[in-house]
Amino acid sequence: MSCEFAHTSLHAYLDGELDAAGSADFNQHLQTCSICSAALGKEETLRRALEESRLYSRAPAGLKLRIQESLPGPSADKGVRGRWRWVVVVAAALIAATLSWRQFGPTDRQSYDRAAMFAAVDAHLRSLQPGHLLDVQSTDQHTVKPWFDGKLDFAPPVHDLAANDFPLLGGRLDIIEGRTVAALVYGRRKHFISVFVEKSAPDASWNGSGQTQGYQWTAWIKDGFRFCAVSDVSAADIEELKQLLMQH
Amino acid sequence: MPHLDAAYNLARWLLGGRSEAEDATQDAMLRAYKFFNSFHSGDARAWLLQIVRNCCYTWLQKNRKWVDVDELDDESVPREKDTPETLAIRVSDRERLTRALEQLSPQFREILVLRELEGCSYKEIATITSRPMGTIMSALARARHQLRVLLTDPAHKEARLEL
Repeated sequence: MSCEFAHTSLHAYLDGELDAAGSADFNQHLQTCSICSAALGKEETLRRALEESRLYSRAPAGLKLRIQESLPGPSADKGVRGRWRWVVVVAAALIAATLSWRQFGPTDRQSYDRAAMFAAVDAHLRSLQPGHLLDVQSTDQHTVKPWFDGKLDFAPPVHDLAANDFPLLGGRLDIIEGRTVAALVYGRRKHFISVFVEKSAPDASWNGSGQTQGYQWTAWIKDGFRFCAVSDVSAADIEELKQLLMQH
Repeated sequence: MPHLDAAYNLARWLLGGRSEAEDATQDAMLRAYKFFNSFHSGDARAWLLQIVRNCCYTWLQKNRKWVDVDELDDESVPREKDTPETLAIRVSDRERLTRALEQLSPQFREILVLRELEGCSYKEIATITSRPMGTIMSALARARHQLRVLLTDPAHKEARLEL
């Protein structure tokens, strides 16, 4: 048994590719043709199964960064336009620097750091979007640490703290204020904690804790690295994690 | 970076592995960046996916994973059986669907991925796959038919794996 319509129109109808007249014709045909209505039912079941099975693979978080880094920078552009672009960029940077100098001044280091902390909170929020939390998923510090090899110009200290109820869940690359940093992800009950790590010269101002947008953050320096932990856990929890990481 | 997810999703389904898909996506993005001057106006997603597809096919050919089927050939596919199972593919059966999709030829797989996962129109699919617009509907019909056969006929599934 077959029906001519099933070959010529059914899939176009299913995919919304028929024009209004064709669609109306097929609709009418469906009322009387059991072959086509059964076939359409089968196609709709298949489509629903495909839709509801979460088969779409989103790009991993690290990929965007990798591509951005591999794109030829403005220095590769030797044209006059390229050079002018640099002049504009430098001028804009100078103006921005002058403005921020006036606004915050060199003595008000606290404001500057706050901006970094807010950027860290933003990065943590971004990571909570589906599929962005982890680039490497492992509870094993000996898997997570080598994963960063070649991706950063430093090896971040990685410790599993499962014994202290802060299980290591994995890590990812992240960007804070334009700098590529390591982000280690710890669990606390059902919450996630991002610990951002980057190389640092001794910097007394990278120290403090606070709350923004309902997220706790705390920052510290140790062994030439600066850390910033961000999470929606309690201030006590995040302080405990900081103390544990300071001891290691 | 617009349409990065779309690019990666297509590459992932065409190549299978995560690292291969990442490499192909990166390659395609670099090409798109380099040849952006040749893109004037129109559908940026279709334009990018066309580049992604080319990169993936090059990779498949290079790595001899290429099944050389110019035509979408389904002569060898038996008729699907109208068992109750055929009529009710379990919804959200992710693993089974993934396996069946992976066993399809790249040409059938890409057309299903573009239509069902990416939501492309026939016109966009025609652009991306460099096929005449008039052949998209029948190609999709055959791809869906094959997918259903693979989902409901385990014996045939084994046969496809041998290819």
